[in-house]
Amino acid sequence: MSVDKNAAGTVYERFQGTAEFQDLRRRFRRFAFPMTAAFLSWYLLYVVLSGWARGFMGTELFGSINIALVFGLLQFVSTFGIAYLYSRHAERRLDPAADKLRAEIVAETAPAARTAEDAR
Amino acid sequence: MSHEALSISLFVVFVAATLAITVWASRNTKNATDFYAGGRSFSGPQNGLAIGGDYMSAASFLGIAGLIALYGYDGFLYSIGFLVAWLVALLLVAELLRNSGRFTMADVLAFRMSPRPVRTAAGVSTIVVSIFYLLAQMVGAGALVSLLFGFTSDFAKGATIALVGVLMIIYVVFGGMKGTTWVQIVKAVLLMTGAALITLLVLGKFGFNLSSLLNDAAEQSGKGDKFLQPGQRYATEDSGLTGKLDLISLGLALVLGTAGLPHILIRFYTVPTARDARKSVMWGIGLIGVFYLFTLVLGFGAAALVGSEEIRKVNSAGNTAAPQLAERIGEIVFGSAGGTILLAVIAAVAFATILAVVAGLTLASSSSFAHDLYAHVFRRGKATEGDEVRVARISALVIGAVSIVLGIYAQRLNVAFLVALAFAVAASGNLPAILYSLFWKRFNTAGATSAIYGGLGAAIFFVAFSPVVSGDEKALFTDHDWSWFPLSNPGILSIPIGFLCGFLGTVLSKEYNAAKYAEIEVRSLTGAGAEAAVKD
Repeated sequence: MSVDKNAAGTVYERFQGTAEFQDLRRRFRRFAFPMTAAFLSWYLLYVVLSGWARGFMGTELFGSINIALVFGLLQFVSTFGIAYLYSRHAERRLDPAADKLRAEIVAETAPAARTAEDAR
Repeated sequence: MSHEALSISLFVVFVAATLAITVWASRNTKNATDFYAGGRSFSGPQNGLAIGGDYMSAASFLGIAGLIALYGYDGFLYSIGFLVAWLVALLLVAELLRNSGRFTMADVLAFRMSPRPVRTAAGVSTIVVSIFYLLAQMVGAGALVSLLFGFTSDFAKGATIALVGVLMIIYVVFGGMKGTTWVQIVKAVLLMTGAALITLLVLGKFGFNLSSLLNDAAEQSGKGDKFLQPGQRYATEDSGLTGKLDLISLGLALVLGTAGLPHILIRFYTVPTARDARKSVMWGIGLIGVFYLFTLVLGFGAAALVGSEEIRKVNSAGNTAAPQLAERIGEIVFGSAGGTILLAVIAAVAFATILAVVAGLTLASSSSFAHDLYAHVFRRGKATEGDEVRVARISALVIGAVSIVLGIYAQRLNVAFLVALAFAVAASGNLPAILYSLFWKRFNTAGATSAIYGGLGAAIFFVAFSPVVSGDEKALFTDHDWSWFPLSNPGILSIPIGFLCGFLGTVLSKEYNAAKYAEIEVRSLTGAGAEAAVKD
């Protein structure tokens, strides 16, 4: 990666401006923000229906199992599912980029240590 | 052998084992990172168990099972809020916090702000939230002993509160985060095992047919199908719009509060990397989710097999539903000795549960006092590590002693609302400050202090004038009535107020540090410069 060492600002400001970091940031936010909006809306829909749509929630589907119970259990399923999707996204799309950037920042912020290591 | 004697023996074994862990932990606690963050050397799964042990309080074990047993479906609403909340922690907070903080919640907030005002605000909020939560647990312990052992005198309850307090002080003062974490891990394993056992026995009794369990529960409750639908506890038919808004308000505080609870946030510092923080939340979500599915079966099982009348006879709030169910299902499956044994096991597990949670709360508040208020505000960052840890230990002792006194004094009061209030404060003050710090470039000192004081103040203000504090027969003060705010839960107003205060405080102040924002953004996402684990 090319980081212009003569550019103004701290090492973090320079890395913040790189395409690699902006790409990592975009990948993180594009997953986390819409997903948060989605699960919060899905949860609020459930709470609102529990308050206002009693008849609908009480509809029995099979035996004593009604929509309210299934809706509640679906909140568990969606929570487990989103957690799994996030961890997969992070492992595949975030961790490798974060590791690479971290190594570069460490190399730049600790040049003395690096030189010592190279000399060995 | 009576169930009381057996229960006390089991509890003594638990205490002996955890004290042995504490002795071991104290020998391995050499510096501040050991004391505050367990040397950052716990693995993801270990910390995941500890998260479960920290989070699954007596309120969620006994409280939710009791709510379901008495009010049916509505208890389930509670557990769903408590579970979904973990996605906020997973997606937005855990890893970024691990990468940018050191020991407390305030570390992240103070990163790019003027440290003294921000640490003061965060320290005050941490201590307030933790003590509310702690007090509710202590009073709960006093109530539990009278229910399970028939010790109804105030002296016995007070003695129990004192015992719980002394044990939690020992865990925290000597064991620090290492000791506390192991106590929570042991407790999580015991609680999951106990709950799984009772759940399996109950399901087995109904031929593993959930529908037939629900059917029996509904019939026994005398409420029929209504028992399996929302509306028996929250937003009841005669409560009108106020009841419905109160339900939304509670739902918001539950789902947004978790990621702002200081004793939960400091758990993310106990692992070596952000990746481990993520893994630990994944484990936590799995455990907590499965546990709430168990409580669903326990609650409906208690409604079907014990019956609400029997439960109400022992405790009108339903807190003994789970132990009563344990006794009944043990009798049904193994005969009367089985009932005695299972009751004793569940009673001992309930005490272990309370101990692990109060230890976590004491640690969170004493860490914040020592690290934020003492080291950075009073000593302006000039305190040595040794000084800081000494102050943390002393403050754990003081906070523990104060909560024993308050717990004994408050044992006749209905303080159950304190847990809901702690969640509301965490969601209204802490969460806006944390999210703005991590994601909003322009955020600044005035914004952080406004968010915390505004959210905290609004939540406490509305609750002070709500029916949970005065005017209602179940209120804290039943003889007086100064209430005018109709909702028991302030979240629906106080959470937006917290976010709004943070926004206004920020834009009304010109201060802003671009270089520090670049640093927290790059560090939080890449892990560069993150605090490393201590190698043993």
